[in-house]
Amino acid sequence: MTTQRARVSDWASDFDHTDPQWVADPYPIWDELRARCPVAHSERYGGTWLPVRHEDVAAVAYDTEHFTSRSVVVSEVRPGPDDLPAPIGLAPPITSDPPFHALARRLLLPAFSPKPIEALEPFTRELCVELLDATAGKPQVDAAVDYAQHIPLRVIVRMLGFPQDDADVFRRFIRMVLEDVDQSAEERQAIVDEGELDVYMNARIAEHLADPQDDLTSFLLNAELDGNKLDPDHVRGTMVLLMIAGIDTTWSAIGASLWHLAQNPADRQRLAAEPELMPTAVEEFLRAYAPVTMARLVAEDFDFHGRPMKEGDWLLLPFPAANRDPEFFADADKVQIDRAENRHAAFGLGIHRCIGSNLARMELRVALEEWMKRYPDFELVDPTKVTWSAGQVRGPRTIPVRIL
Amino acid sequence: MRVHVDPEKCQGHNRCYALAPELFDIDDLGNAFELNDGVVPAGLEDKARSAAANCPEYAISVSE
Repeated sequence: MTTQRARVSDWASDFDHTDPQWVADPYPIWDELRARCPVAHSERYGGTWLPVRHEDVAAVAYDTEHFTSRSVVVSEVRPGPDDLPAPIGLAPPITSDPPFHALARRLLLPAFSPKPIEALEPFTRELCVELLDATAGKPQVDAAVDYAQHIPLRVIVRMLGFPQDDADVFRRFIRMVLEDVDQSAEERQAIVDEGELDVYMNARIAEHLADPQDDLTSFLLNAELDGNKLDPDHVRGTMVLLMIAGIDTTWSAIGASLWHLAQNPADRQRLAAEPELMPTAVEEFLRAYAPVTMARLVAEDFDFHGRPMKEGDWLLLPFPAANRDPEFFADADKVQIDRAENRHAAFGLGIHRCIGSNLARMELRVALEEWMKRYPDFELVDPTKVTWSAGQVRGPRTIPVRIL
Repeated sequence: MRVHVDPEKCQGHNRCYALAPELFDIDDLGNAFELNDGVVPAGLEDKARSAAANCPEYAISVSE
């Protein structure tokens, strides 16, 4: 169903984040652009910009006047003001701009602060143990398919109070929203018009209205903004956001970390000998393999580093590229699991800092701790068999490993 | 030694709370603030420096 796109010939003037070369290994591309541009431009997707230095990525993240978050996924469909009413946007607060953004975000923050997230740790640990139990005795395990992908999915399903059996439905939705961006405008619009995701969410909302539970869905339905219950579109948008943003992002981070460990016996041995190093290692995996590239739309014509940005242009905001900038990090391309100073931007910078960062860190740490306890020694069956997702969330989708 | 979290810069990454819970706590919205008026007890100076050096927003200042 996807449209065949022309391969990229020049990364500075024709980049495409769905090109197979970018999908397989984007780091050399960003290194090249840092030296050449450093803000690249492409006519693809109707006009897109790409900063790659930490300094420039940070500047865009902090500039909510010139860059709107109305849409954060680059695709052939460029939303107009009528499609996604600013400042709320489709999935508040990630698609919201100030001043509404702070109101929508404040509603959610308490549910994602460190203390409530700590309470989810036992469930997460049990889940990891259960998934590992299911691999017992197998000489080969797929660290993504058999393990990583299930963890954030089932944690979010639990937080929202949805049936655990709906995990497969969720996986399909996520792929549709995040990975099929290279479909034509017509193909993508057809999926949106069918409204399958809305139908699903509306059914869960109706169930929770009839029978409130102690979960995030009921929390949102009871939440008030300026003395009024939230607009149903707002509730549904936020639920979609939690589902989409909370799952394949963390699954990618877990998978990329295991992919790294499978190839680096010295790091495996060190973590086995010094388990207290894991939180520091987790931050380094997040820096080196940050999964999420965000996007903005240019809000008004203006000049950025001499580049004439036009209202409505896309801008890809690659936090993973900022995290590999040698001007900001010493030995930026080396993974140092004991890196003491690590101001990485894996969860973004500024007002849109990933609201699920505490949850993601907990899941990543617990997933790696339990895996390393069970399988301290493992290696890739075949490095060429590892496949990576295309789009703005980068992570390995298949990681066949041999248990040693 | 004293530490201070600039509430205008803090975006709730919670790195300081993870690295030095003796020096920082988190409010209901997940934003950090310094404990004990920011006074760093003897022996925790390295933790204070580490918290400052890991804040992605440069929100933490340390004064000797």
